[in-house]
Amino acid sequence: MDWAYLAIVFLPLLGAVVAGFFHRATGEFGAQLLTTVLVFAAAILSWATFFQFSGGGVGEAHAAEGAGHAEAVAKVYKVVIADWIVSGDFEVAWALRIDALTATMLIVINTVSALVHMYSIGYMEEDKAKPRFFACLSLFTFAMLMLVTADNFVQLFFGWEGVGLASYLLIGFWWHKPTANAAAIKAFVVNRVGDFGFALGIMGIFLVFGSVEFDTVFAAAPDQVGQSFAVFGGEFDILTTLTFLLFIGAMGKSAQLFLHTWLPDAMEGPTPVSALIHAATMVTAGVFLVVRCSPLFELAPDTLWFVTVIGASTAFFAATVGLVQHDIKRVIAYSTCSQLGYMFFAAGVGAYEAAMFHLFTHAFFKALLFLGAGSVIHAMHHEQDMRRYGGLLKVTPVTALMMLIGTLAITGVGIPLTTIGFAGFLSKDMIIETAYASPNAGHLYAFWIGVGAALMTSFYSWRLWFKTFLGTYRGDHHTLEHAHESPQVMLIPLYVLAAGAVLAGMVYYDLMVHHGASAFWGTSIFHAEGNTVLDDAHNVPKWVKAAPFVAMLIGLFGAALFYIWAPWIPDALARRHAGLHAFLINKWYFDELYDLIFVRPSMWLGRLLWRRGDGSVIDGAINGLAMGVVPAVTAAAQRAQSGYIFRYALVMILGILAMVTWFILERSS
Amino acid sequence: MDVVADAALVDYYWLRLTTFLPLGGALLMLLFSERSAGDQLSMKRFALGVSLATFLVSLVLLAKFDPSLDGFQMVEETEWLGLLTFKLGVDGLSLPFVLLTTFLMPIVFLASWGVETRVKEYMIAFLILETLMIGVFVALDIVLFYLFFEGGLIPMFLIIGIWGGKERIYAAFKFFLYTLLGSLLMLVAMLYMIHVAGSSDIEQLLAHRFSSDPFSVAGLYIPAGIQGLLWLAFFASFAVKMPMWPVHTWLPDAHVQAPTAGSVVLAAVLLKMGGYGFLRFSLPMFPVASATFADLVFVLSVVAIVYTSLVALMQEDIKKLIAYSSVAHMGYVTMGIFAANQQGVDGAVFQMISHGFISGALFLLVGVIYDRMHTREISFYGGLVNRMPVFAVVMLLFTMGNVGLPGTSGFVGEMLALVGAFQADSLVALVATTGVILSAAYMLWLYWRVVLGALENPKLADIKDMNAREIACVAPLAAGALILGVAPGYALDLFQPAVERLLEGYDAALAAAGVEHAIQLSAAAADLLGAK
Repeated sequence: MDWAYLAIVFLPLLGAVVAGFFHRATGEFGAQLLTTVLVFAAAILSWATFFQFSGGGVGEAHAAEGAGHAEAVAKVYKVVIADWIVSGDFEVAWALRIDALTATMLIVINTVSALVHMYSIGYMEEDKAKPRFFACLSLFTFAMLMLVTADNFVQLFFGWEGVGLASYLLIGFWWHKPTANAAAIKAFVVNRVGDFGFALGIMGIFLVFGSVEFDTVFAAAPDQVGQSFAVFGGEFDILTTLTFLLFIGAMGKSAQLFLHTWLPDAMEGPTPVSALIHAATMVTAGVFLVVRCSPLFELAPDTLWFVTVIGASTAFFAATVGLVQHDIKRVIAYSTCSQLGYMFFAAGVGAYEAAMFHLFTHAFFKALLFLGAGSVIHAMHHEQDMRRYGGLLKVTPVTALMMLIGTLAITGVGIPLTTIGFAGFLSKDMIIETAYASPNAGHLYAFWIGVGAALMTSFYSWRLWFKTFLGTYRGDHHTLEHAHESPQVMLIPLYVLAAGAVLAGMVYYDLMVHHGASAFWGTSIFHAEGNTVLDDAHNVPKWVKAAPFVAMLIGLFGAALFYIWAPWIPDALARRHAGLHAFLINKWYFDELYDLIFVRPSMWLGRLLWRRGDGSVIDGAINGLAMGVVPAVTAAAQRAQSGYIFRYALVMILGILAMVTWFILERSS
Repeated sequence: MDVVADAALVDYYWLRLTTFLPLGGALLMLLFSERSAGDQLSMKRFALGVSLATFLVSLVLLAKFDPSLDGFQMVEETEWLGLLTFKLGVDGLSLPFVLLTTFLMPIVFLASWGVETRVKEYMIAFLILETLMIGVFVALDIVLFYLFFEGGLIPMFLIIGIWGGKERIYAAFKFFLYTLLGSLLMLVAMLYMIHVAGSSDIEQLLAHRFSSDPFSVAGLYIPAGIQGLLWLAFFASFAVKMPMWPVHTWLPDAHVQAPTAGSVVLAAVLLKMGGYGFLRFSLPMFPVASATFADLVFVLSVVAIVYTSLVALMQEDIKKLIAYSSVAHMGYVTMGIFAANQQGVDGAVFQMISHGFISGALFLLVGVIYDRMHTREISFYGGLVNRMPVFAVVMLLFTMGNVGLPGTSGFVGEMLALVGAFQADSLVALVATTGVILSAAYMLWLYWRVVLGALENPKLADIKDMNAREIACVAPLAAGALILGVAPGYALDLFQPAVERLLEGYDAALAAAGVEHAIQLSAAAADLLGAK
């Protein structure tokens, strides 16, 4: 299968290179078709790979009860390609590592990417730079694949930064828009803040373990329990410090609280980009990193507590902001941010499988919601403000139905106390149950916030659907006259994703988080001794299992009340609690705060160091000290012809010859 | 030399040829007459041809060089007029820089196609400069080294002073005086060394152990004794050349005023002489002093990284911004060298090579738009991507290289230097790593303001994209930055064994003197970790 693994990763790169540099030869449509076909090929191979781990097929996986699939336990395939950086003990190879965790990421990435490529053929139809767009999409896919197939921290970092580059290029795809350029830079720089932590984490890992290869590091991790660094005049627990640094990187990439500010702005990019990069794949890289490093995180309870708190707080924060946004894409962006919070606190409470399961199902329904929103935006000639939508059910009925499925999935509709329901019902409720069952610090905080955020998720998701598709149209009528349902090339991806949003949870529940889980994940996920949270989660009290469902119902009725039955309430509420409303609609003022404490001081300091530091102090001192002669010399020289320069040069040559002569005489004496 | 190995007997001609071919070309250039435009063209072609030939000859050096061998190779030694010992040779530390120089010079001449004033002198200046630069890296006699090291100042002084911008006189003198004043202390130190060791031969000086017993003069305590004083004297010269903070202020002025080709040479090769000097002299000849003063270098390095990155953020002139960025990137180099471990020094050397490609290309790209618009004001530009898509792509590549994106050579150097520094002193690496955030900020902001956005300045309406010659200039650099980013082994393999030996000697010297090596910090940490 080596060739297949290589093909999965490098076919998208091939597409990116051809579309990017040779689109004159292939033609515009050729470039689109080629990239799309290549990613589809990679997607098919990815599913084949995934079935290797899931046991050949869905039915079999269902039958698997623990021991039945023991042979999958230690399944790790490696393809070593070449050396990359070798310096002393610091050895980094280009290599692919395929295990169950990677295989799961492969299908998520390539499936969504293939569908987004296809969808973009329709969505970007009127754009003038199609080859560039498709090249960037494929480049992104390649980088993301390098990230998840990495066998060491440095290659993971390569993919990590590669997706950052692709994200930068795609957010700023419409480079004539200043807002798009600003958002692109913001995304890159805020991510670099996270990368700062990640890079330090890698350096620390090399210092402690003498290697950056996963297997070596993970195997040696237990020896470091209870050990500490003595730096900066204090003692720092080694594993806590390292995992904390890695998590800083994860926070940046996955837009967690404090490093989340770039994600909403990233919606400046074309909508297919938002679906692929800022919903289904890139932003989940942080979750992947934490799960991949479970052998480290499991041994660092303090970091796990931090992960839980940040994850839960993000879930809450983003949900509150999502309640009041008017831009359809921003609502979904905050929703993504919030759902990523769920994944993190699932990891924080030790239920890495649940985090991955939600990552997997979320990819389907969130990509569906984004592409559905894109279909609406496409129909409405790039109008994104929901205040100018309404009643679009008649105009875009298919899209409305697809988004309804997406909404049912994200809000978690299903039959309580069974495993029958939409994807989100199974995966999100699983997370909430693990939070309750876990013994880890902060688990109850996460549990209650998880339930509360489920309520808000339901509210803002239904609010979006109601405001867009029900009621009466509120925009200008010229737009409505030209509004139209999207072409099949855009709708077919929606159908596929909708199927995933309905089925992914039910089909893979057993395999990923229940009976088949330990056999399926095998060694790719590590549990500390005594971590039985995944089993315990299935035995929580019934009220815990029902809680998210009730929260979902309350959210649904709240949204129906606010936006169908009594539409005057939202405005009245906003007026009555103007302060709170402003706080939410301005996203808790994070942007303003960061501008005040980071951006402005940096610029002020930069200017001060330049004008005063370099100008007055250094030049002043050195000029005064050593270059007192210069003003006189230059004054004379400037009056003269530039030919005089030669004479000075002659003097210099003579000077140097004199010095050398002195040298030689000194030596011979 | 009485005994020369048979192979070496033939080999050293190649070294001599590499070094003096450009000088020979400069002498032949004197025969050219400069009457018509046709004459100018033939001179440009001739200079380009000479530099290409030099590059080809230097490839022979590469083929004949065996990195695994200890010591210097292709050594030749001739007494010259009975006074000056003329000794040349290369090892793993110097050959990469020789190749960097010979690789860049054809690009420099190709980039100078638009020069119209004093073409003959211009070409001669650059050809002589090439010989002097190569000479610095291959000289194995300290007097000869000094001659090349200081001699290089003169053509560069002329290049800035004659073909430079409006403030060229001021910038030329500032450049000359800063670097010369730094070198005077080195001169004194060299004289002392020759006196004490009884030889000016670098090989013998490397074998000599200079005293490192601390002493006091007039109540002033001198750590590391004689070595400390010598180290400081050399440091004065190399720190200015690098340049290190706070003696960096000559660089932005020199860059801004220098013609494009001058900036390329300055950034890509001349700055590297400082780093080479540290590796050739400071670390191996004054190991105890190097360990003693490592903290000083660390502090200056991280200040350089943070300070000049912040200053770069606020620049209004493209060239100045890139010049400040160069200072920041050289901060990683000094930090890596004095981390004095394999990753640190490997990273430093690699970063110097990589920076040669990336900053060289960035200055070429500034030249491309300067040639068209005759301004380097950032605010003048904006939206170039609308008219110059090729320029936009190439600029993006080198912007990302400068930011240290993995996959470009910029990442490898930075990462190794940081990994090295982290082992020597975690706090230093921590502060230095903030540079990755700041570099992203100033480079991407520059890219936005110059390349992206709508084309608003009407003067830019007819600006032409890069022509074939300009693309030919940056293409080899782009290839270099990408190939070394993905397969850095091509460069690492060349100098790693030499670095290994350098560090072995360094560690042995420190052990003999009973001085703590920076790396012992990490060893101590490891002990602490292992000891429960």
